[in-house]
Amino acid sequence: MIGARLLGQRRRSAAPKLDLSHNIILYLEGISVSFDGFKALNDLNLYIEAGELRCIIGPNGAGKTTMMDVITGKTRPDTGSAWFGQTVDLLSMSEPEIAIAGIGRKFQKPTVFPNHTAFENLELAMAGDKSVWKVLFAKLNSAQIDKIDSVLKTIGLTEKRDTLAGGLSHGQKQWLEIGMLLMQSPELLLVDEPVAGMTPQETERTAELLVSLSGEHSVVVVEHDMEFVRSIARTVTVLHQGSVLAEGTMDQVQNDPKVIEVYLGD
Amino acid sequence: MIRRLLLSDRGSQLFFGALLLLAIFVPLLNLGTAETSALHVPGYTVTLIGKYMTYALMAIAVDLIWGYCGILSLGHTAFFALGGYAMGMYLMRQIGTRGVYADPILPDFMVFLNWKELPWFWHGMDHFGVAMLMVVLAPGLLAYLFGWFAFRSRVTGVYLSIITQALTYALLLAFFRNEMGFGGNNGLTDFKELLGFDLQSQKTRIGLFLVTALILAISYALCRFIIASRLGRVIEAVRDAESRTRFIGYKVENVKLWLWTFSAILSGIAGALYVPQVGIINPGEFAPINSIEVVVWVAVGGRGTLYGAALGAFIVNYAKTYFTAALPEVWLYALGALFVGVTLFLPQGIVGLLSKLGSKRKAS
Repeated sequence: MIGARLLGQRRRSAAPKLDLSHNIILYLEGISVSFDGFKALNDLNLYIEAGELRCIIGPNGAGKTTMMDVITGKTRPDTGSAWFGQTVDLLSMSEPEIAIAGIGRKFQKPTVFPNHTAFENLELAMAGDKSVWKVLFAKLNSAQIDKIDSVLKTIGLTEKRDTLAGGLSHGQKQWLEIGMLLMQSPELLLVDEPVAGMTPQETERTAELLVSLSGEHSVVVVEHDMEFVRSIARTVTVLHQGSVLAEGTMDQVQNDPKVIEVYLGD
Repeated sequence: MIRRLLLSDRGSQLFFGALLLLAIFVPLLNLGTAETSALHVPGYTVTLIGKYMTYALMAIAVDLIWGYCGILSLGHTAFFALGGYAMGMYLMRQIGTRGVYADPILPDFMVFLNWKELPWFWHGMDHFGVAMLMVVLAPGLLAYLFGWFAFRSRVTGVYLSIITQALTYALLLAFFRNEMGFGGNNGLTDFKELLGFDLQSQKTRIGLFLVTALILAISYALCRFIIASRLGRVIEAVRDAESRTRFIGYKVENVKLWLWTFSAILSGIAGALYVPQVGIINPGEFAPINSIEVVVWVAVGGRGTLYGAALGAFIVNYAKTYFTAALPEVWLYALGALFVGVTLFLPQGIVGLLSKLGSKRKAS
C-alpha cells in the first residue's frame, strides 16, 4: 500500500510539465505512415498553437483519422517526430501515458461504456492517478461529485445521470463522450466528427461548447460538415493524400484553386 | 460499510445465508447425531460438500476474470493444481516414517525411484508456513509471468484462451514425468495428518469443512469489494471497450495482470483446500477438460454475478456426482448438452433466468 502510494507520487512528479514556451502545443514533423504500401500519411507537417481551435478537413482517405491515431499513440509512424509542447516526445509513449500527459480524444464512432451509467462514465474519465492500487481504494469526494454533476449539466445529461450509457441516443452518446473529454481536463482535445448524427440544435450547442473550450484548451476538430466548420473555424487545414494541401482562414482555403480541385469543387 | 458492501444485492445475501446454514448444520448433523438417525449427515457428504465449496471458490475466481473482465481462461485449473501440489508436498512431508518404506525424510515415491536425497524444491515444505506461502506464490508467480507476456503483447479473445489451454496441457505433461519430482502419474497421496491433526478423523474433516467455508466467504467478500470499487468499474470498462479505456488513461495491461494474478491465487487456495479433503493430487488435475468444466459451471450459474458462479459449481457438480454414479456413460453428453443449452437459451445462466422470472412476477 505504502509502496504503491510512493510509486504513484514519484510517477506524478516525474511526468514532464508541459512546456509551451514557444506557444506551440503540438508539433508533427515529417510524419509518414504506410499500410501495406498505401501511404496514409506522407511527410505530414502540422503545428497547433496553444489555445487554438483548428479544424482539419479533407476528403475520405486523406489521413485525418490516421493522424489522430499517431498523436494518441495508437499507430506508430514509419518516420517523423511528434512533440507535445517543447519536451514531451509522443512517439515514445503508450496510449494511457499520452492520455495522462494531457491529450484527450473523442472518437468518430461514439464509444462510451455501455454498462455504466452516464455518471460512472464521467467518473472513469476523471483526471487523477489511474494506477491499479489508487483506483481500487479511490473514493469520490464532494468536490469531485460536484464537478461530475456540473459536466453533466454542461452536456445536458443531468436527467440521464443514472441511465446506462448503452441506452442513450446517438446524439447523447456523442455528448457523453465530449463530457468524458472535459473530465480528463486535457490540454489538447482531439475531436473526430463531433456532430455526425446530431440534430441542427445539437450541432449548434456543440459548436458553442467547442468554441468556449478553446483559449483555455487547444482543440483540433476533424469534421466533414462544412457548415459546422465555417461556424467555428478560425484556421482550417486541408489534408489531401496524407499531407497538408492548404492552410488558412475558411475564405482563403475555399478560394485556393488546389483545394477547389480536390475537395470543394464538386 | 462492510454490511452494505456484502449484503447490498439479493444474490449475495442468499450466498452468505446458504453458506452460514451449511457451516452450522452440516457439522451439527454430522457430529451431533447418531449414525442411525434420519437426520445424520454421513462423513462422505461432509467431504463432498467441502469439495464443492472449493469448486465454488474456483468458479468465483474464473467469474472474476471472465464475467467482469472478459478474459476467458481455459486453463485456470493449472493454478488450482499448483496450489494443490504445494499443499500435497507439505502433507507428504508430514508422513515421515509412517510411509511404506519408512524413510524419515524422503516420500515413498522417491525411495521407490532410488533417489538418495530430497530435490531442492522440496526443502522447507515440511513447514506449514512455507507450504502456505508456496500455495500463494506458485500459482501467483506463474500467472504473473504468463499474464505479463500475454497482456503486454495484447493477446486477447480466443487466442488467449488457446494459450491458457496450452499452458495447462504443458504442465500436465511435465507433472506426469517422474523426473519432475512430483510423484509422476500417481501424484501425491496417502496423507496422514495436517498440522498434527489426523486427516482420517471426522473432527479434522469438519475442521477442514469450516475452514473452507470461511475462506470461501472471505474470498467472496474480497471479490465483491474489488467489483464495487472504482477499479471494478474500470475492469468492466476494459471488458466492454478496451481501447477506450486506454485512451482515458488507464494502463489496461496492468489492470488485467493484477486481476488475473489475484484470480490465479484464489484458484491456488481452492486447490490447497481441495487436496486434504479428497486425499490426493495427481497430474490429472491439470487436464484441459477440467478447466473447461469450470467455465461451464460459471456459464450455467450465470456469469458476472459471483454468486451465480458458486451456484453453478454446486449444481453442475451435484449433477456430475449423481450421473457418474447412476448413469456413468451419459455424463459427458449431459455436460455438453448443458453447455450448449445454456449458451443458446440461458445467456445469463440460472441466475439470469431466476431474476427474469422474479421481475415478471413483480410486474404482473
